[in-house]
Amino acid sequence: MSGVLNVAETARTVRSRKCSARQAVQSAINAIRDREGRLKTFISVSPDAALKRADEIDAAIAHGRDPGPLAGVPVALKDNICNRHAATTCASNILRDFVPPYDAHVVERLTAAGAIILAKTNMDEFAMGSSTENSGFFKTRNPWNENCVPGGSSGGSTAAVAARMIPAAFGSDTGGSIRQPAALCGVTGLKPTYGRVSRYGLVAFGSSLDQIGPITVDARDAALLLAVIAGRDPRDSTSVAEPVPDYVAALDKPIHGLKIGIAAEYFGQGLDPQVETAVRAALDLFRARGAEVREITLPHMKYAVACYYVVATAEASSNLARYDGVHYGHRTPVPSDLIDLYARSRHEGFGAEVKRRIMLGTYVLSSGYYDAYYLKALKVRTLIRRDFERAFESVDVIASPVTPTTAFPIGEKSDDPLAMYLADIYTISANLAGVPAISIPCGFDAKRLPIGLQLTGPWFREDRILNLAHQFQSATDHHTHRPPLAAA
Amino acid sequence: MGHKASDIEARLIVGFETHVQLATNTKLFCGCAVAFGETPNSRMCPVCLGLPGALPVMNRRAFDFAVLTGLALGCKISVHTKWDRKSYYYPDLPKNYQISQYDLPLAHDGAFEIPSEGGSKRVGIIRAHLEEDAGKNLHDQGDYSLVDLNRAGTPLLEIVTRPEINSPDEAYVYCTELQRLVTYLGVSHGVMQKGQMRFEPNINVEITAGGQTFRTPISEVKNLNSFRSVRGAVEFEFRRQVQDWLADHDYQFKKRPNENRGWDDERGVTVFQREKEAAHDYRYFPDPDLVPVEVDTAWLNGVRESLPELPLARRMRFELQYGVTADDAATLVADRETADCFESAAERAGAPQTTAKQFLNVWSRFANDRGVSVGRLAVSAERMGELAAMVDQRVVSATAANQIAERMMSSSDEPRQLAESMGLVTVADEGQLDSWVAGVFAGNEKAVKDAIANPKKTQAAVGFLRGQVMKASGGKADPRLAGDKIEARLAAMRAG
Ligand SMILES: [Zn+2]
Repeated sequence: MSGVLNVAETARTVRSRKCSARQAVQSAINAIRDREGRLKTFISVSPDAALKRADEIDAAIAHGRDPGPLAGVPVALKDNICNRHAATTCASNILRDFVPPYDAHVVERLTAAGAIILAKTNMDEFAMGSSTENSGFFKTRNPWNENCVPGGSSGGSTAAVAARMIPAAFGSDTGGSIRQPAALCGVTGLKPTYGRVSRYGLVAFGSSLDQIGPITVDARDAALLLAVIAGRDPRDSTSVAEPVPDYVAALDKPIHGLKIGIAAEYFGQGLDPQVETAVRAALDLFRARGAEVREITLPHMKYAVACYYVVATAEASSNLARYDGVHYGHRTPVPSDLIDLYARSRHEGFGAEVKRRIMLGTYVLSSGYYDAYYLKALKVRTLIRRDFERAFESVDVIASPVTPTTAFPIGEKSDDPLAMYLADIYTISANLAGVPAISIPCGFDAKRLPIGLQLTGPWFREDRILNLAHQFQSATDHHTHRPPLAAA
Repeated sequence: MGHKASDIEARLIVGFETHVQLATNTKLFCGCAVAFGETPNSRMCPVCLGLPGALPVMNRRAFDFAVLTGLALGCKISVHTKWDRKSYYYPDLPKNYQISQYDLPLAHDGAFEIPSEGGSKRVGIIRAHLEEDAGKNLHDQGDYSLVDLNRAGTPLLEIVTRPEINSPDEAYVYCTELQRLVTYLGVSHGVMQKGQMRFEPNINVEITAGGQTFRTPISEVKNLNSFRSVRGAVEFEFRRQVQDWLADHDYQFKKRPNENRGWDDERGVTVFQREKEAAHDYRYFPDPDLVPVEVDTAWLNGVRESLPELPLARRMRFELQYGVTADDAATLVADRETADCFESAAERAGAPQTTAKQFLNVWSRFANDRGVSVGRLAVSAERMGELAAMVDQRVVSATAANQIAERMMSSSDEPRQLAESMGLVTVADEGQLDSWVAGVFAGNEKAVKDAIANPKKTQAAVGFLRGQVMKASGGKADPRLAGDKIEARLAAMRAG
């Protein structure tokens, strides 16, 4: 009942033939069999296809071919990342049976590196939510406390990694959807710089905010995975041709002299004192290792949530227009005419939160409201970006909590959209500015629920936040703690 | 109080929105082939099908074509331009938004010069922007409809003029000249039958009556795809709008709604489709999947400098420089290759008028037979020029040149060699000419007698006799020398 090894260990044992890729996949299949029942982290699992792929990798190794840096590593994808062999549902009834005829860029990269796609994870429908309660299919539970949410929207991915059912999973982060559930599940979650990883094959929510990132046990695994998926892809015009540094080599750099910024805006009203204590303890550790902690200010952060819910919903209202019952996806069975076909297919296919955001987004783009909402939000977004530009003139990294609180009980916020939106208050501005940020475990509260530390870096400096995260994890053991059902 | 038709003055006002399909190999945002008449839904991919997760990537060639056209229309080119989503639901629009350009079109504020009575006229261009075409809905299926997405994503350049066209003829000329321009530039095939140019005139009338001026509501006639229908629709609307105003003086702009109308080709009338919504809310916003396009000024200057002489200017120059008629100039400048070919040939020949005659009478006939332009014939401009020079220098006759030209289509021999091997080189040898002339005189005694007896018939007789000499020589006799000899011989007989 020990569950799976992590990414680095799995690849090492498979590459050195201490264990076969088939065994690696089988141990994940076994862990899923034993632990998935109550957690409900996966929408689909494809053991046969994964084992077949594992055999191909084992055959390659037997023939002396290089099986790739991620040889035999089973991974899960959030169910908004397209791959050919499984339905990509976005946890929505409107795409319940949709099987894409193509692989996402990250799937191509991962497969080429020897990783094996084993499962697709649960999520808030179309990534809209912070608790995975908005899944159109079922709710996922937090492995640390099954009465609590795992966070969201990538809650299936973070819960699966926390329960050691899979060495790594991929999520998407539009306003915190990787980092917030990573914090609530006690795992490591990285949102790369906007443009660092191709969005080709990621079902769009907020196109100018979405990024795919790895969810792992530790920063080393995150570095290994980012190295594989990062880089320019000509199919995504917004992906950037910035060189990809050696993330793994950067992990061991000393952090002496590193300037870490803290902003009062991240430590205000609503922050659970236990979370604050754990984050400040992490800062003490960095200081003790020779880093310098400085006060900075991000004056426009108070507008981030409002700005985000205009920009993200505007883009979403347009991105989700294509699900209309005409070309693919759910179609209402007996429409009376074309308008009825549209209206009923969408009414039946989308959940309440998705409809709420489509309406909000449609409203802010409407003639007469565009300037007051959408255009103004774009201006605020520029100001938020400038805040970060200015901050990174004086510091190398910004440290903060990931979330104001630890995991909350299922149902607590599901009837209060505004309270739910505030769960992302510390994560949203990184998406608006496009900067990379990582969430790593930094302690537990009195209920033994994990607490997350967020490290935010300048554009394309994932190497730096991974370095700092790894140095923290080398000196602490928070990330090695396992939830009860996955105890070693 | 009414007005009689005879009391009023009516001025037609027309502006055009034209969609020009660009001649790229692939669609505007994906790698699918641009195709016409293929099996429905056989030219699609995740991108143009709007599948979740698929992303558009701009076709650089389409952008370059659009910039070239913009420059040729005298437009300013935006250094910074972007893509916007235009939202509306329709089954032929897979994403339920069209990628277009809203407030920053790539080209704006230009003017297009078209020929007009006694010179030319400049039609103001408001803007030109790129956008993707939609697919096609097929509604003739009983109780359901089908959608063909082969056309979805095809690059279109939309060109919008100022309302500065004032007659059906001008409307016709604007459209034909625009087609000449885009095909001449090579940015569009401009094939009307394939819907590669679609014209939408916005038409109203300014009426002056009893010292007051009224304007009728604007009607937009949708999707005209022939020049004839453009002229017909504009003519019809001009009449209809004046009549409607005469019948109801409140038929005025702002008092009555603007409307969309369609053209009924069989009946030759426009038909009401629908009133224009005051402002349909397309909820335009910048497409976050595409990056803005920054135009490099050095590159733009390069394109500007490489811009060729435009068709109208070139036609006017041909008239002056080569002394050809306006119609003949238009034929010679039908396309860029033919015009280039003509100029090279004329220069080689040193005889533009002879070259022009051969282009218009001989080469264009061969080109028509083969369905290509003269510039695409397998005969080089140098060889065409050589043949024209031979006629000009009377090495061969014009009749003989036609036969040589025909042979040149399949032979790579030099025209002079062909003339020799075909025995068509003009004979100027005195003895040979004398013998042909003597033979003709002997065989046509009655004509010779008439010419001598009746001075009024001399001219005709000389022509007849020269024709007989050409016939006897198999086209080889130098016609001018032969004529001289015939006249001299007649004069001698008259004297003797
Ligand atoms: Zn395509």
